[in-house]
Amino acid sequence: MSKILKITGLEKTYPSGNKQLTVLHDISFEVERGQTFSIVGPSGSGKTTLLGLCAGLDSPNAGSVELCGQDLNNLNEDERAQLRNKEVGFIFQNFQLLPTLTALENVSVPLELQGNKDATKKSKILLEKVGLGVRIHHYPSQLSGGEQQRVALARAFANAPSILFADEPTGNLDAETGEKVIQLLLDLNKENGTTLVIITHDLELANRTQQILKLKGGKIVTNQPTTVL
Amino acid sequence: MAWRDAKASKVRLLLFMASIILGIAAVVSIQLFSTNLKDNIQRQSKSLMGADFIIDSRQVPTERAQAIIDSLQPDASEVNFVSMVAFPKNGGTKLVQVRGLEGDFPFYGTIDTQPSDVATSYQTSGGALVDATLMLQFDVQPGDSIKIGELTLPIAGALISIPGSSAISSSVAPPVIIPYRFIAETDLLQFGSRKEYQYFYKVSDTLNITRLQDQLEPLLDLENADLDTHLSTTKRLGQRYENVGKFLNLAAFIALLLGCIGIASSVHIYIKEKLRAIAVLKCMGASRLQSFLIFLIQIAGIGIVGGLIGSLIGVGLQELFPYLLKDFLPFALEITITAQPIIIGVLLGLFMSVLFALLPLLRTWYVSPLDVLRVDEKASQEPQSIRFLVFGAILVFLFLFSLWLIKDALYALVFVVATVITFAVLAGVALAFIKTIKRFFPKHWSFTARQSLLNLFRPNNQTVVLVVAIGLGTFLISTLYFTKDILLAKTEVGQSSENANIIILDVQREQRDLVAQSIISSGLPVLNSIPLVTMRMHSINGILVNELRQDSTRQVRGWILNHEFRTTYRDELTPSEELLEGEWIPRLTADDPVVISISDNLASDAKLSVGDPVTFNVQGVLMETTVGSIRQVDWAQMQLNFTIVFPAGVLEQAPQFNVFTTTVPDEASSAALQRNLVSKFPNVTIIDLRQVYTLVEDILDQVSWVINFMAFFSILTGIIVLIGSVRTSKYQRIKESVLLRTLGAKNTQILKISAFEYVFLGLLGSLIGILLALVSSLCLALFVFKEPFIPSLIPFVVFVPGITVLVVAIGLSNIQTVLRSSPLEVLRREG
Repeated sequence: MSKILKITGLEKTYPSGNKQLTVLHDISFEVERGQTFSIVGPSGSGKTTLLGLCAGLDSPNAGSVELCGQDLNNLNEDERAQLRNKEVGFIFQNFQLLPTLTALENVSVPLELQGNKDATKKSKILLEKVGLGVRIHHYPSQLSGGEQQRVALARAFANAPSILFADEPTGNLDAETGEKVIQLLLDLNKENGTTLVIITHDLELANRTQQILKLKGGKIVTNQPTTVL
Repeated sequence: MAWRDAKASKVRLLLFMASIILGIAAVVSIQLFSTNLKDNIQRQSKSLMGADFIIDSRQVPTERAQAIIDSLQPDASEVNFVSMVAFPKNGGTKLVQVRGLEGDFPFYGTIDTQPSDVATSYQTSGGALVDATLMLQFDVQPGDSIKIGELTLPIAGALISIPGSSAISSSVAPPVIIPYRFIAETDLLQFGSRKEYQYFYKVSDTLNITRLQDQLEPLLDLENADLDTHLSTTKRLGQRYENVGKFLNLAAFIALLLGCIGIASSVHIYIKEKLRAIAVLKCMGASRLQSFLIFLIQIAGIGIVGGLIGSLIGVGLQELFPYLLKDFLPFALEITITAQPIIIGVLLGLFMSVLFALLPLLRTWYVSPLDVLRVDEKASQEPQSIRFLVFGAILVFLFLFSLWLIKDALYALVFVVATVITFAVLAGVALAFIKTIKRFFPKHWSFTARQSLLNLFRPNNQTVVLVVAIGLGTFLISTLYFTKDILLAKTEVGQSSENANIIILDVQREQRDLVAQSIISSGLPVLNSIPLVTMRMHSINGILVNELRQDSTRQVRGWILNHEFRTTYRDELTPSEELLEGEWIPRLTADDPVVISISDNLASDAKLSVGDPVTFNVQGVLMETTVGSIRQVDWAQMQLNFTIVFPAGVLEQAPQFNVFTTTVPDEASSAALQRNLVSKFPNVTIIDLRQVYTLVEDILDQVSWVINFMAFFSILTGIIVLIGSVRTSKYQRIKESVLLRTLGAKNTQILKISAFEYVFLGLLGSLIGILLALVSSLCLALFVFKEPFIPSLIPFVVFVPGITVLVVAIGLSNIQTVLRSSPLEVLRREG
């Protein structure tokens, strides 16, 4: 299998008062194309920072991120945005839908940014897949949390990404709704052959992925296939 | 707690404050200026007139009037009239007001001249004092000559100012002062010429001149003379400037109002964001009053500090007024600073900001501690009755403040209603536009264009407030432009040969043919030769004018009783006249009863209808006439119009003089004609309508600063409201942009979305403003000026893009921060 994500010697520090606070320290790991991968760890262990660096949302202080064969250190902001638009999908804990757009318009955004002429048609199909075919013209404020996360899911798959990053996708949902969303996520992932990187507190969810990376205090504690854990 | 909370939001609170600072500055500066103006007028009362009182008459005083004048022993006298003068040095000619002075006028104040000593020596040396600007225009110096009628005098010096005259009032016919004893030698006081005789008096301070005026005024009235004291003149002057002051005050008040609406809108969003924090406070035991006071104190603080800063700016700003108004003021203005306007500024800041922020502030009162768990916007809303109460309080305050400003309940009410309507119309049109855009949303536009349009409807948007602010400013500026166009179109003299642009007045009967020949020999056409016969009304509807003067219940307007009418006779209507009632009689024979045609304004002022008898005193001969027809006259047409027109065949033998009109192709031929005519006929007066047109344009330019001032403040306040709004929505914008970037949007795409949003906002605001200006100007054109309205392109090609660019520039001012924000940082904050 080829590597879709390759992290080498990653370090990230933030200024804190007069000192530099190291959030991530010497992180290295790889994710295979098509693999499901979870990053777990307690609050403040650097999970979200790591996800941001992997997706090119922020720059590391040291080390490199190779995403879909491209070293992110060699790309500028717009080139990274273009890479995300073509290859990456996102799901956030708090959905992050644009409040001024309807469900359909929210899903269309990544396609519209590509200038895709069939954006509306494709988005409709995706919304039907997540069970929201009848609510396509609703605004985020008119949808429940579970429905909003399903719109976010449809949006994440809209540009047929090679890799999908999910940050605590069920964090704001009740257990039952959370389970439905996860099942949908895994199904869509399987159907599209997408690589999935999930950040979660939920060990049960982590156990449903193929590989688990455990972080603590900004360092890797373990990085093992699920069966071993 | 209020202070601690304010410290955390100080930038936003400072921006709220900025919204009212300008309005307060405007109100305070105008208040201070008005107070200063009033003080100056009172202090300079006597030197404004130059005397304690004046008796004046527009004809040689009658025997009885002369007896009154002589019995009071005048200390100085003057005769003045408008005439052409020539400068032999270079052949230049110009229409001036010749003032023949005798005695030591002015008794108060001074005549300022260059060199200064000629102000007193010109009487003995026998020279002329010529308006300083006129001397510059014609490049003449003291020692050169000036030819006034048949008289040539040396120029003693340049006249800079004289009590009672302002630059604007003397720009049509600049003054030339000569010793009274030379007036006869000019040979200009001929029959038909317009002149004024003035007698100046200086009396001791113990004499009650108001009582003297009460005693003599009725007697002088009967003799067509008038008595004016320095007190009545300054009162009139004070009133005139007070009216300007009131108008400016209202303009400033509108800017303040706009700022307050900006505050209300910003506070609304500010409080909405604080609702959860307020709920937390309530959970921890804060009472409703305590949580309400935290924010009330903040807003009151903003009001007081804003009021103070505004007042200080106002104090600085009012120093500019004397420079801006110098051409309108017949005296030098001394500026002093009084405490009252500053106190008013601070109080106004406090009341206006609290009052307008009250509605959003009241939400803090109704926030439930349960909102900690879930903010329910509807549950925390204040009851309907409270909202009406607050709106009522705002309207009452607006009315009371306007009443205090203009001291007239009806006008204050009209102002408040008109303001509410203007704002409602602007907001209504803005809302309608937004709804229309929403309904007919351009689904096929590009993603960036659609996204930017959608931003106008984002939650917590301030689109309507911004459109109102931008719209109001554009509306004021555009209305000014359109109105100016209408006014100028009315006065414009066409370049085509059929339109007269030169009027030659005071042509005596024996000069008639010679003047006509001179015009024709200059290669110019004689367009009109209009005879003028002067007369006064002797009786109206059978009642003697003298009786009417004493009748306090009369309905006939006073001016009719003393007016010397310049009438004409002809056998046809002119293009500027339209018959409203009766029958137009072109010609009469000697035996026919005399039937006249009068203008509609004369008919209304003199209470005359078709068939009513009027007797005229034509140079001592009484002539009985009957009103045969009433005409509507377009007085604004730049041509000779008449209130009274006789049919041909009646006045041909009466003493009369003529008016000629002609058309000249350019400046040079106008000057040549004037030189030619003035050298041959020194008594004739020549008016070049093209110069009058330029003058009207100049005056409009001078007056327009007042409206520009209004518009300037509205636009500036609008800009501050816009900056406040951009700042308020900054975090929301960062969040949206970051999300778009996370989804793969490039910086240029985000920049385009923001830029388009402000382009839409700027275009919407300025177009609504212009649209309303078009409607109001059309109404003005149709109902007030009665002129066809062809809108100028300037507002469309200059204001719309200009204002839009300004809005975009402000909107994009903080885009760099948005573009630089790290997506991860923002997403984490949200998480």
